[in-house]
Amino acid sequence: MSLKKLILAGAMTCLMGSVSYAAGCGPEAQSIRVLGSDFPAIQAISGTAKENCGAAAQEFTVTLKDNTRDIMNAALTPNPAEYTSVIVANSTLTQLMNDGLVRPLNDLVEKYGKDLKPNQLIKVDGNIMAVAFMANSQHLFVRKDVLEKVGISQTPKSVEDMIVAAKAIREAGIMEHPLVMNMKVGWNVGEVFNLFYLAHGGEFFKEGTAEPNINNEKALAALEDIKALVEYAHPDHLSQASNETQATWEAGKAALGIMWGSRGGAVLDNEGSTEEVTSNTVLAGAPTVADGSIPAATLWWDGITIAKNVPDAEAEATFAALVSAMTADMVAKHNDDAIWLLDGFKPGPAAAGVTETVVGGAKAYPMVPYINLMHNALGAELVDFLKGSESAEQTLADVEAAYVTSAKEAGFLE
Amino acid sequence: MTPTLSAMVLFIALPIISVFIQSLHIQHQQVIVVSESCGPFGCTKTTSVDTEATEKLRSEQPLGQFNGFNTYTNRSHLAFAEIVEAWNSMPDTRTFLDRVFNLPFYKALAFTLTYTLVVTPLVILLGLAIAVGVNALPKIIRGPSIFVSLLPFLVTPLVGSLILFWMVDGDGIIGATLQLIFDDPSLSLKASTPLMWIMLMVYGVWHTLPFSFITFYAGLQTVPQNTLEAAMIDGASKWQAMTYVVVPHLMPLVYFVTLMLLMDNFRVFEPIVSFSAQAHAQSLSWIIFNDLREAGNPLFGSAGATSMMTIIGVVILLTPVLIRTWREFNRRVK
Repeated sequence: MSLKKLILAGAMTCLMGSVSYAAGCGPEAQSIRVLGSDFPAIQAISGTAKENCGAAAQEFTVTLKDNTRDIMNAALTPNPAEYTSVIVANSTLTQLMNDGLVRPLNDLVEKYGKDLKPNQLIKVDGNIMAVAFMANSQHLFVRKDVLEKVGISQTPKSVEDMIVAAKAIREAGIMEHPLVMNMKVGWNVGEVFNLFYLAHGGEFFKEGTAEPNINNEKALAALEDIKALVEYAHPDHLSQASNETQATWEAGKAALGIMWGSRGGAVLDNEGSTEEVTSNTVLAGAPTVADGSIPAATLWWDGITIAKNVPDAEAEATFAALVSAMTADMVAKHNDDAIWLLDGFKPGPAAAGVTETVVGGAKAYPMVPYINLMHNALGAELVDFLKGSESAEQTLADVEAAYVTSAKEAGFLE
Repeated sequence: MTPTLSAMVLFIALPIISVFIQSLHIQHQQVIVVSESCGPFGCTKTTSVDTEATEKLRSEQPLGQFNGFNTYTNRSHLAFAEIVEAWNSMPDTRTFLDRVFNLPFYKALAFTLTYTLVVTPLVILLGLAIAVGVNALPKIIRGPSIFVSLLPFLVTPLVGSLILFWMVDGDGIIGATLQLIFDDPSLSLKASTPLMWIMLMVYGVWHTLPFSFITFYAGLQTVPQNTLEAAMIDGASKWQAMTYVVVPHLMPLVYFVTLMLLMDNFRVFEPIVSFSAQAHAQSLSWIIFNDLREAGNPLFGSAGATSMMTIIGVVILLTPVLIRTWREFNRRVK
């Protein structure tokens, strides 16, 4: 009898265990539909969430694409929305919030987020709008063997150091174009300007308004820095983005680079390159400018959001499932896939660059509703200056004029 | 008559009208609130859109604010104000023109027109030459040579231009060969505006040549043999037979090919994207694409305005050819 009771009690405990497990996944038998960009960290988060809560859900789909940014607004607009969650970054959160397509997460965080750290919570105007899980930024990539050949033993700290090193490498006849940067016309070249402008302490807009504020000394200084650097970049640099610069680096054709931290792991792994390149590549903080202390980088986070136009139960189940993946166990399995903002993360060599950049006090990519328009204007207009067909002053005036024209059309300026 | 007319209204007129109406509107004034945003990297003061207030405005007037023709005349398009200002403030015509071609619409128009006016005649002349050449080949190798000549047309434009793009890369076969020939390791087709324009036009000719070739080749099969023989008997040389018999016979086809090529070339787009040529060459279609691509704030009004002006541009280009065709047609009917 007592044995029977014991077994029953054991069975009950098991049952309760599984019940409480399911409770960690929120309401059962819901439809969970996640949209995100296709890179390893997001694969890890969404994959783990599906392992944890896929059984409790009626449906659990994960859609990872390269052009998420282009479809997310359209996908969340109908009611019910196509996806219950979109995994976003700084700029894409603004893009969704501009159209009011994501919901505040305050109550969900209270219910399921007791293990989340305060710095993971993205708050806008007091409301939690996203939960971040990883960080990213641009930073310096260095080939220490090449620098040693020209007698430089220290990793460059500033743009000036980089230029000295690049010049030495060119003069020693080792490489004609030792430097790589993502300068492709459009988004990339605009982003390069952002790095240096923020490092010079620039602000994109007059405070609290959508009025542009980039035609100034700081912007001129930023353009000078960029011009001085691309002097040592391959002449094709205006058509090169991450894929091209990473390939150039892995082919051993560059010795100094400003590239994304999320490419660090791919550069250092044993695929696509030679032992000579990978063992000598050092990832370091982004360079500073003009004796300042701010690294020339923009800090990015990636995090989860929950769609507004879905039933509350689906929203709750989606949130619970995704948060259930943000654990030390998941990090332990996927440590080198990202710079995790989660417990248990052990920064390896691939994380050194981003970590140094964050500690150095780099600025976050601005989260204002009209930054995309400014970024576009920069991407289109800076080219004339970089090709040498226009003065820096004229280019900056053009950027402001182009921005004002599109901001008026989008309703941000009168 | 009625079915044709209603189909034309449904599939041609209505979409154009809707684009036109769209181009007269801009977005509502967004209601902006100042707020604070916090994240992993600290807190900053920022602004955000008051979506409820903005939504209310939108539901009252779903089309947006009426803006008249202001989008057409703003800096992204015809830029009247900027041109007047440049005219008044610039010391000489050269700097004035520099300023004008620094404006996005005129910059794109310059490339689009150059591309159209260079590629169209080249494609017609070369297409005719190849057609005559292939027609003169012995029957047995004619089939295979037609097939080979058609190949560029069969390759998807995006793929064709990407292949050429990789070939002219500094590490590609054409790029590396050119560097070797000119003994200049930093020579780059992608870094120079004139070379980039030439490359785009060479690609354009290569890609559309088969269209004019196959049309003319078909036309050559209908050239009346007795007229040709009569010309030969009268002592006409091959060249004279060509210019006085064959070409006049093919004239209606030449008009047709010209019409098609003008329309197509004026809308040049794919090669610019796949060559990543935006730094050096932009076309009207590329501007439309660029306005719509910004997913967060697509500029529908701007895209609509540029579309309308592209249509007007095509109509202007086609008018002389259409008038010729119309006269020709009337002459024949009489």
